[in-house]
Amino acid sequence: MSTLSDPPKEGFKISQLIYDTRYRSMTIQVIALILFLLAVGWLATNAARNLAELGKPLGFGFLAERAGYDINQKLIEYNSDSSHIRAAFAGVLNTLLVAFLGCLTATVVGVLIGVLRLSKNWLISKMMTIYIEGFRNVPVLLWILVVFGIMIEVTPPPKAFKGENPEAAMTLFDSVAITNQGVFIPRLSFTEFGWGYIIALLIAIFGIRWITKKAKAKQIETGIYPHTFLYKLAAFMVPLLACYFISNVFTKNQDRDFLVRSSGQITTLADMASADERFDYCLVGGNAGSLKGLSVLEEAGVTVRRKKFVTEKGALSDFSKEKCNVISVRESEADEIMAQSRLDKLGTDGTISRTVADFTTGNNIQVDTPELTKKGIPRFEGGTHIRNSLIALWFALSLYTAAFIAETVRSGIQAISKGQTEAAAALGLRSGRIMSLVVLPQALRVIIPPMISQYLNLTKNSSLAIAVGYMDITGTLGGITLNQTGREMECLIILMAIYLVISLTISGIMNWYNERVKLKER
Amino acid sequence: MTNSSNASYVRTEMLGEKPAPVGQTGIIRWFRENLFSSIPNAIMSLVALWMIYLVLSHVLPWIFQSSWNANSLKECRAAIKEAYGEGTHGACWAVIRERFLQLIYGFYPSELYWRPNLAFIGMLVALAPILFNKLPRKMLGFTALYPFLAFWLLWGGSVWLPFMIITGFVLGYVAFTMLPHYIGTLGATIAAFLVPVLFWLLLAGPFASGMQSIADVGLEPVESAKFGGFMLSILIGITGIVMSLPIGILLALGRQSDLLIVKAICVGFIEFIRGVPLITLLFVASTLLNYFMPPGTTFDIILRVIIMVTLFASAYMAEVIRGGLAALPKGQYEGADSLGLDFWQSTRLIIMPQALKISIPSIVSTFIGLFKDTVLVSIIGLLDPIGLSTNIRADAAWNGIIWELYGFIALVFFIFCFSMSRYSMYLERKLQTSH
Repeated sequence: MSTLSDPPKEGFKISQLIYDTRYRSMTIQVIALILFLLAVGWLATNAARNLAELGKPLGFGFLAERAGYDINQKLIEYNSDSSHIRAAFAGVLNTLLVAFLGCLTATVVGVLIGVLRLSKNWLISKMMTIYIEGFRNVPVLLWILVVFGIMIEVTPPPKAFKGENPEAAMTLFDSVAITNQGVFIPRLSFTEFGWGYIIALLIAIFGIRWITKKAKAKQIETGIYPHTFLYKLAAFMVPLLACYFISNVFTKNQDRDFLVRSSGQITTLADMASADERFDYCLVGGNAGSLKGLSVLEEAGVTVRRKKFVTEKGALSDFSKEKCNVISVRESEADEIMAQSRLDKLGTDGTISRTVADFTTGNNIQVDTPELTKKGIPRFEGGTHIRNSLIALWFALSLYTAAFIAETVRSGIQAISKGQTEAAAALGLRSGRIMSLVVLPQALRVIIPPMISQYLNLTKNSSLAIAVGYMDITGTLGGITLNQTGREMECLIILMAIYLVISLTISGIMNWYNERVKLKER
Repeated sequence: MTNSSNASYVRTEMLGEKPAPVGQTGIIRWFRENLFSSIPNAIMSLVALWMIYLVLSHVLPWIFQSSWNANSLKECRAAIKEAYGEGTHGACWAVIRERFLQLIYGFYPSELYWRPNLAFIGMLVALAPILFNKLPRKMLGFTALYPFLAFWLLWGGSVWLPFMIITGFVLGYVAFTMLPHYIGTLGATIAAFLVPVLFWLLLAGPFASGMQSIADVGLEPVESAKFGGFMLSILIGITGIVMSLPIGILLALGRQSDLLIVKAICVGFIEFIRGVPLITLLFVASTLLNYFMPPGTTFDIILRVIIMVTLFASAYMAEVIRGGLAALPKGQYEGADSLGLDFWQSTRLIIMPQALKISIPSIVSTFIGLFKDTVLVSIIGLLDPIGLSTNIRADAAWNGIIWELYGFIALVFFIFCFSMSRYSMYLERKLQTSH
């Protein structure tokens, strides 16, 4: 006979809260929570009392007020009449811009340096070691200031580009000007058919990817990778050419004006002109270039109706009134005339639709190149102006973070056992392909998690923009808005919240990517 | 039998050893293997050489065709022109010579330089037993005492204030060791918290002023605005890292803990701090921190910065130590439990010593990061080396000097950080107990 014996029933004693392990953890947690809430409450009451005393109770209404300051590098419409919240938004976009550019460049440079550091070439690997140690062991703020200093002190001022024998010249086929006021690069602007080209390009990319996929499938099936080069070329060219022809048909009947800059261009014009086209030629009497241009057109059999002017001024004024559609001017004056006629006739959209060069490209994707102003203090106009502050921040952050990424990449590659490399070599792969097909895909799994934290670091370090005057979110909301409105509490709360959201988003995206490339274990 | 050796075409004596071919020995072999092993390799070597030449041919003349003796940028440029001819762009190291002490000490009164010097030497002595475990353990007593000593040396003022703070800690320690007999471990732990706090709040003030009137021992006070240069960087860096270590350990334990609320609080704190840039925390220090204190309290800007830097570093420290804790095999925790040790005993005696040992290299690299980040205080207007360089440029004599100052600051940071990272690599090798 057995009796069930319950544990002795005792009343709950208060000491059990401490000495009974069943209750102790609960007791500790409740105490911790109470202490935590007390501390938070204490800080909050203090803050509320202090703010009330200063006469600025917590409130976010000030964000809708007029900001009253300018942001020189911006991605959205913004002027000093906009609200503080719009300034903050412009700042967030600037932060994201520099973070994106920085992460991209840092990855490219970092991977390159990490791989080169493992090079068997003694000189190269030592150089990379010096790069890595040099960048890693000096504060990033100092690097930002150094790059900023280089941009300001070493690059030439715009006036150095002026004159017969300028001290400085624009790089990349006269399209990029690097000056101490920033870098000017060409800007692409699209008319309605420009978007057609972009769509064509997307179709081309998808076509090529589809061909690659098919070829891979065939390789898996038969073991032979088919020749795809011609198909890919076709997939690339056909959409673009189609777009080109379609756009030409549509633009054919449009009114076109041509500002001819050189004898080369007039020949092009003569070649491109179709049989049924008729030109109204503004001829400047006594101008040899103008006369020669007319004769070239006539020799080519183009129907030309001439309008003669004594002065160039008269010709130009008729040209800008659309009484004639071809005018030939001296190369050196072309820019100025274009700048003027752009103002007179084209209004504010700022496109240059009237040069022969545009005609040959179908007139749909226009490149606005920066140009030096002829009058007044020399400066560059047109194109996109990238300010020194952005360049300094972008380069310094990229180069600094690249040093860390390089170390990550190196350790990732070294984590792959030597047998993998040797086995790949035994299969007859060359060293480049061993790296890209065998080592890097495996190393990626080791590399990505620390890479995520490097991206996060770069994004957070972009807040140092304030040291060089780049208007990111710290510069707008945490800088000028904070100082102007005196709302430290609200500004910093929003600022921190924005950074938290950005950080969490980046780590979320990268973790998702990491999940995808991670070794699938069963 | 001996036929073969007697034959005329067989050598009877051994030939002497021949030297290896010229291409396979010494420096030529090294060059062939390391620089010119293949054509692409050779091209890369040549390009690298050309790049090195390009950089050095610009930088070396600038460094060495320089002037050390001048009192302004103008004098300096003139001296360089005179010595090396027209068109030479040499460095004006004279600015470093002239402002060297300022770059090190900021505006600290020059007759009191012995105090930061002594504090620095004291710091080396205090760190020595931690860094090198061959030294006598008794030196750790000095290490424990050192923070108060350094605080007193740097800021000066009455000796009784740091003395009272030490007394508070001693009282807490006494409560922790003596009381368990009477009120149990938990009671003693609570008492060890309460006694010093009550002492500081209620007794320390009157007691210190009383002692001050009896024995006026003290140093000339130096205000925070005079702190600057590398002294400030080292001060913020070292204090931040030392104070963040215990907080980081607690946060790491909290994050590992089964207690849900404690864990949530710790995770929230760590992720919040790690998600925002240090500069926003420094903004909090410079504009906001006073708001969280009872009305009327103001406290020192350096102290505020140190508080925020400590909070910042402790979140990173917590993650580093959590890594160390996670790396410990589970058997260690179970072994400690099976010995009957309670949580704090096992943590103190078994878990932490091993976890900290594993994480020392990461702690050092966190410290390097923090030390580099101390230059951010220049943005909120403190006179760290970068803040000072702006200050020096504001002087008419040195207006326009950039590279010399940046170069010098970069060099000093490089020396500090590089030697620390080498030390951490040395430690990593030394602590490697596995095979």
